[in-house]
Amino acid sequence: MNPLIVANVSRRRFVQGLSLGGLVLAVGYPSAGRAQEQKKFGADGMPNGWVDNPLAFVSIADNGTVTIVCHRSEMGQGVRTGMPMIVADEMEADWKRVRVAQAPGDEKKFGNQDTDGSRSTRHFFEPMRRCGAAARTMLEAAAAERWKVPASEVEAKNHEVVHRPTGRRLSYGELAKAAASQPVPARETLRLKDPKQFRYIGKGQIKLVDGWDIATGKAQYGIDTRLPGMLYAVVARPPVYGGKVANFDPAEALKVPGVERVVQIADSEPPAMFNPVGGVAVLARNTYAAIQGRRALKIKWDDGPNASYDSKAYKASLEESARKPGTVVRNDGDFTAAAAGAARRHEAEYYVPHLAHATMEPPAATARIEKGKCEVWACVQSPQATRDLVAKRVGMSADDVTVHVTLLGGGFGRKSKPDYAVEAAALSKAVEGKPVKVTWTREDDLHNSYYHTVSVEHLEAGVDAQGKPVAWLHRSVAPTIISTFKADAKNEAPFELGMGVINVPFAIPNVRIENPEAVAHTRIGWFRSVSNIPHAFAVQSFVAELAAAAGRDPKDYLLDVIGPARQVSPETLGDTWNHGESPERYPVDTGRLRRVVETVAREAGWGRKLPKGHGLGIAAHYSFVSYIAAVVEVAVDDKGGLTVPRVDMAVDCGATVNPDRVRSQMEGACVMGLGIATLGEISFKDGRVEQDNFNAYEVTRMSGAPRLIRVHIIPGDYSKPMGGVGEPGVPPIPPALCNAIFAATGKRIRRLPIRDQLKA
Amino acid sequence: MIPLEVNGKRQNVDLPGETPLLWTLRDELGLTGTKFGCGMALCGACTVHLDGQAVRSCVTPISAAANKKIVTIEGVGSGAVGRALQAAWVDAGVPQCGYCQAGQIMSAAALLQRTPKPTDTQIDEAMNGNICRCGTYTRIRTAVKQAAAKQGGTQ
Repeated sequence: MNPLIVANVSRRRFVQGLSLGGLVLAVGYPSAGRAQEQKKFGADGMPNGWVDNPLAFVSIADNGTVTIVCHRSEMGQGVRTGMPMIVADEMEADWKRVRVAQAPGDEKKFGNQDTDGSRSTRHFFEPMRRCGAAARTMLEAAAAERWKVPASEVEAKNHEVVHRPTGRRLSYGELAKAAASQPVPARETLRLKDPKQFRYIGKGQIKLVDGWDIATGKAQYGIDTRLPGMLYAVVARPPVYGGKVANFDPAEALKVPGVERVVQIADSEPPAMFNPVGGVAVLARNTYAAIQGRRALKIKWDDGPNASYDSKAYKASLEESARKPGTVVRNDGDFTAAAAGAARRHEAEYYVPHLAHATMEPPAATARIEKGKCEVWACVQSPQATRDLVAKRVGMSADDVTVHVTLLGGGFGRKSKPDYAVEAAALSKAVEGKPVKVTWTREDDLHNSYYHTVSVEHLEAGVDAQGKPVAWLHRSVAPTIISTFKADAKNEAPFELGMGVINVPFAIPNVRIENPEAVAHTRIGWFRSVSNIPHAFAVQSFVAELAAAAGRDPKDYLLDVIGPARQVSPETLGDTWNHGESPERYPVDTGRLRRVVETVAREAGWGRKLPKGHGLGIAAHYSFVSYIAAVVEVAVDDKGGLTVPRVDMAVDCGATVNPDRVRSQMEGACVMGLGIATLGEISFKDGRVEQDNFNAYEVTRMSGAPRLIRVHIIPGDYSKPMGGVGEPGVPPIPPALCNAIFAATGKRIRRLPIRDQLKA
Repeated sequence: MIPLEVNGKRQNVDLPGETPLLWTLRDELGLTGTKFGCGMALCGACTVHLDGQAVRSCVTPISAAANKKIVTIEGVGSGAVGRALQAAWVDAGVPQCGYCQAGQIMSAAALLQRTPKPTDTQIDEAMNGNICRCGTYTRIRTAVKQAAAKQGGTQ
């Protein structure tokens, strides 16, 4: 191997965004310090920004194999295929001769690696194109030099460079060494391909780079790491948030065959941040012995102030708050006066419980400390934060910590929080640097997650004589993710309000949005689609309720409420966050929202005749700067049993890199959305999670999956900004399902999950 | 010592007989293709074949697997049905994160071995014990049918 990666990687200055200013910035919400700086958007606004240097991402071996680095974490979204495909296309590499290497956590070298917020493609499409174009230019320059001809006479094409006048050819392998010593061209001199010439981008014929390894059991996830002399650990953690070990007795655990050590992990005071919650670890010869050892531990817990957290009582307290005024976060016109003068008034309240990500691969990580260096192998969405936190925990400089990113067996936001990787490092340190793998059991995963918030959404509307809304009040009450970083935070942050509460672009003159306080009693964290889930459920259900009250077709009524096609500045909606994107580049475009509604209605055959017990429901939601609408067909039998024969989804995420993965993300979002609507609930009693495993925390199985999911992608333009894909598919599904249930049965669901609410 | 025959290879393991086959495969024999998901036979991620039957290795003690033929995801491709399924999985772009797919393929292989042309209902029933949190179910159905068709066409 003769890599292009040479010592002089700083030939061209890396453009970086904000430096990593501690966790508050790392997790991407605005802080006071940040507001004073020039506001940056997109990848520029993320810690360590972006890098487009081919010396960081591309290497070519003498045999012509091109290795492209993927710096984002693969958790099922297809990023290890999509990112390198962009580079390969621009550099005219033959995909059959491309290998993909996974970057370790190193944002100085690769740019931001936080794989969350549905950001990878929209933030890195352009840098990766430039990276590929620069590599292509270097190969062309090397060939021109070899032939002593002007660079304008040579052209890179499908893994070789051709001299046009003579037809001479040199392969990429033959040029590898010479190309590596070419200067990296200045960014402004790069020629990008005309999208018409794309070979792979947007075509959808490339299979997953890891597909065959997955199908044959060779793919390596975080839980699969094996090192010589490794100990297998499981940890008994405090069952209540903020709880501590009062005392423990390891004697019986140490008698279990295979158990080698019992080690306490230090408590951590709330706020949790990304710290381990503490507890007692059992280290053994294999995972089973460790689990058996943990069963034999005797631990007395001091539960602390959250010991009375009770989901039933908490729901009642949220409802009480939602019925009283709260902090006004958007105020257009005069809701009170308009509602008082309205022909009729409507009111409804919606509830969405806590959820756990329940990634099929539970959290797992391995660490080893040797000769002053710490190595970690982990399935993390945030490798740089993992590196920094591990360094702090074991008392090393981050330069001495390497985080190898494995495949993630699901992420959904859980693996943005690397507490489990820090546990592994702490345990390795406690056993003289021996390699230690920490595996979370399913019970651990459900009992100590960073839960999706729990919320009550209170909506009121005043409508005119035709039933059209003239006044709109939305009170959203939910413990905030900020509470995981700042213990006394009680209000939703701008990024939570900007997920479908304040930035609803409806054509309603009088709008008031309020956010009463809510105190968190557990770790609240990002869950795929985040606050868009409860917000879209409430807003899109309520619009359908108003349509029904007005005796109108729900699709026509929704289009009327959206109003005419126009571009709405998020700032005029009170949304200062806008998914981190520039309000000029990414206005809220009601024309695009209308178009997905119209497209999905047409494709789904809206209004078609249905068998008895079937119903169609529609919902649309704008999130992660993409526009999605869904039509769900439901079948409800006479015992209240529910099946979903078909779902249609229309997605406008701008232009696409890998349309098949856009489809698969929508299919998956559909199934997850149906699971949230029908089954998903984490509840607390005496401060403890009541669900232990998949028997109590149910998720959608094959029998609950739609027979048919059709995804309709609105064609996009590569010169326009792209939108997110991983998350925006989920939010419209629960309201579309509940609207379909209303169409089929006349019963309105306002509390998730549905479970047996249809059973009379 | 408990004698195990995994993917045609005989070996002895020195572990208590109640040790689940799952952890024996993964931690002792280094066959990490078989996945842990729940530990209670609720999710199917750990599915392997024991004398041709799909079983959940997380609740199968090695004492019950002794002297039986164990096939895992690493070995199932040496049979025509397993190979056809693996090819169909790649072709239909089934995996998202891929973590559950070994178990899915093992359940599908057991199904096709006993029912070469399954109906939709038979597929749903055979696969209902395997959770996919990414939600790849519609593509799993497609891939199972594709593999079944290919088997029917060539044998």
